Amino acid sequence: MEIGGGKGFYGLLALLGAVIVAGLGAFFYMEHTGHWVTGMDNQIVWGAPHVFAIFLIVAASGALNVASIGTVFGKKMYQPLARMSALLAIALLIGGLTVLVLDLGRPDRLIVAMTHYNFKSIFAWNIILYNGFLALVAVYIWTMLDPTVKKFYKMAGFAAFVWRLILTTGTGSIFGWLVARQAYDAAIFAPMFIVMSFSFGLAIFLLVTMATYNWTNRPLGDAVIRRLKNLLGVFVAGVLFFVAVYHLSNLYATEHHGVQAFILRDGGVFTQAFWFGQILLGSLLPLALLYHPATGGSRFWIGIASALIIVGGFAQLFVILIGGQAYPLVMFPGYEVASSFHDGVINSYSPSLPELVLGFSGIGVAMAMMVVGMKVLRLAPASLADEVADPHHK
Amino acid sequence: MSEHKQPDLARRELLGRGAAIAAAGVTLAPGVMLYGVAQAKPADEPVSSKVRWGMLVDTTKCSSGCNACVEACDKEHGLGNEQHSRDGQRTQYIRKVELRHKFTGATHSLPVMCQHCETPPCVDVCPTGASFKRADGIVLVDRHICIGCRYCMMACPYKARSFVHEALTDQRPHTPRGKGCVESCTLCVHRVDEGREPACVEACAADGSRAIIFGDLNDPNSEIAQRVKTYASSEIRADLGLNTGVRYQGI
Ligand code: SF4
Ligand code: SF4
Repeated sequence: MEIGGGKGFYGLLALLGAVIVAGLGAFFYMEHTGHWVTGMDNQIVWGAPHVFAIFLIVAASGALNVASIGTVFGKKMYQPLARMSALLAIALLIGGLTVLVLDLGRPDRLIVAMTHYNFKSIFAWNIILYNGFLALVAVYIWTMLDPTVKKFYKMAGFAAFVWRLILTTGTGSIFGWLVARQAYDAAIFAPMFIVMSFSFGLAIFLLVTMATYNWTNRPLGDAVIRRLKNLLGVFVAGVLFFVAVYHLSNLYATEHHGVQAFILRDGGVFTQAFWFGQILLGSLLPLALLYHPATGGSRFWIGIASALIIVGGFAQLFVILIGGQAYPLVMFPGYEVASSFHDGVINSYSPSLPELVLGFSGIGVAMAMMVVGMKVLRLAPASLADEVADPHHK
Repeated sequence: MSEHKQPDLARRELLGRGAAIAAAGVTLAPGVMLYGVAQAKPADEPVSSKVRWGMLVDTTKCSSGCNACVEACDKEHGLGNEQHSRDGQRTQYIRKVELRHKFTGATHSLPVMCQHCETPPCVDVCPTGASFKRADGIVLVDRHICIGCRYCMMACPYKARSFVHEALTDQRPHTPRGKGCVESCTLCVHRVDEGREPACVEACAADGSRAIIFGDLNDPNSEIAQRVKTYASSEIRADLGLNTGVRYQGI
């Protein structure tokens, strides 16, 4: 059975296509006029596009979870879903990278980024990590589809698994290694980003899986869903744990009291995004929904919980990225600072429409790849479940 | 992208047109005359790591209302010609910072610009190597390979960098500013390579303050080396251990 070619399929593609076209329009507009039309400036240098891009990139690595559990940890139950999981990982990564690249000041110089490497830069490493991830996961999918290379299936799965852990470490380190800024400069960013990736990636995977099965009217066993939602709950709790450790350890150091008070208490929209978006809506509520007997068994509520986790993920990256930049650099401890260059003041940021459109188009790119990929590659499990679920099947 | 016309200067800077003369100058520390040994090098000689250009800012000589260095810098590099950019988006290579201590009430006024770190975080993080440090310690952006990712702006502890938010016209030949690239204080490398002082230093002296001196930190006879040897001076965010080329006295 394949993903239908009916009206619904093409309607969805058309919708996603429109989102992508709008994103391209936003890109050309910002690129043509320059970044002055955005909400970004010399204080908030990374804005909404980066929130979207980094969310998608982080989620991409986590989307591979299900495949990894199936392959690396030999859990047969998950193996039928491995292809979808791998394709989702590729789709999300490409969606995120598209946004990241289209927000560059000089996207026309992308080739420069591919030919000039500064190996001390974690960013340059990430370019290699992202490309490697795409290649590895593509090979991984190939080993799942083509019986002649099936003997490499385990190896490819394992390589992809290790690679994605390194990849998310790299993404987290983009922030963790920034000594300059009070909100960053913490090694905990790397492991925190890994758990975030597990959580966001699995939430998206669950939604995509349930939607696919719903639209194609295929049966989806409750056992799989129940396992996955329990796992999701563990990941959400894991992120909460890292967030707590990060803030508590920073509260311990007097040096960081300012930025902590800012995020946790005085930061206005950032404080709200943290407590309401990230903690309440994005973590506690989904945890309750996933584990409460009244809702934990219902697909509908599991879907809601997954969606909330995604919303919470955006809130978290908004707080980390924008909140971290809004708080001024501390150059002169103990002094009140003023200048013509926004020293010593809390910076504000309001995203412009083109930035948001560009960000959403990244999601559009990912979903469109997913839809087309599932149709072309026939990745949805129902068709090939036997071979994949049982590695010895012939 | 023909609208981003950028003369091939950064390249030449990268290759180095020859390190120039040490701040040839007569210099007065209290009661003492010091002469930096001026050594003009042939123009085709590469930039040498024997030289470490630096600046020393004496904040006790810098007054709150004075903006001479900033104005000179803007003029020298053709800054402030943005048509559309908002206030927070305009480029500043150097700015005056006013400090007031929260407990003692002590006030200081001082210029802050790229500190020309010896181990510059901006260079470390730059994916393409567009941010680079010359052998003589001057940190620059090669505008031909900057992709405008702004990671260096995230990494700089001194907020020294600006992003060009719009297409610009009438750039100075020695400062080929272009939309979509990041820029910062060049330590007036075009002047230094000709044996002249940076524009801000010159303006500050012309104004009578002489709060900023420029010279070769590696040359024991230079005024700047003598001064940092004799008097206590500090780096901003010395905790980061970046060994900045710009040092401050009086804070
Ligand atoms: S002050 Fe900032 S821009 Fe200048 S060298 Fe240091 S890190 Fe780079
Ligand atoms: S904006 Fe340019 S100089 Fe700065 S890190 Fe990116 S490529 Fe390097």
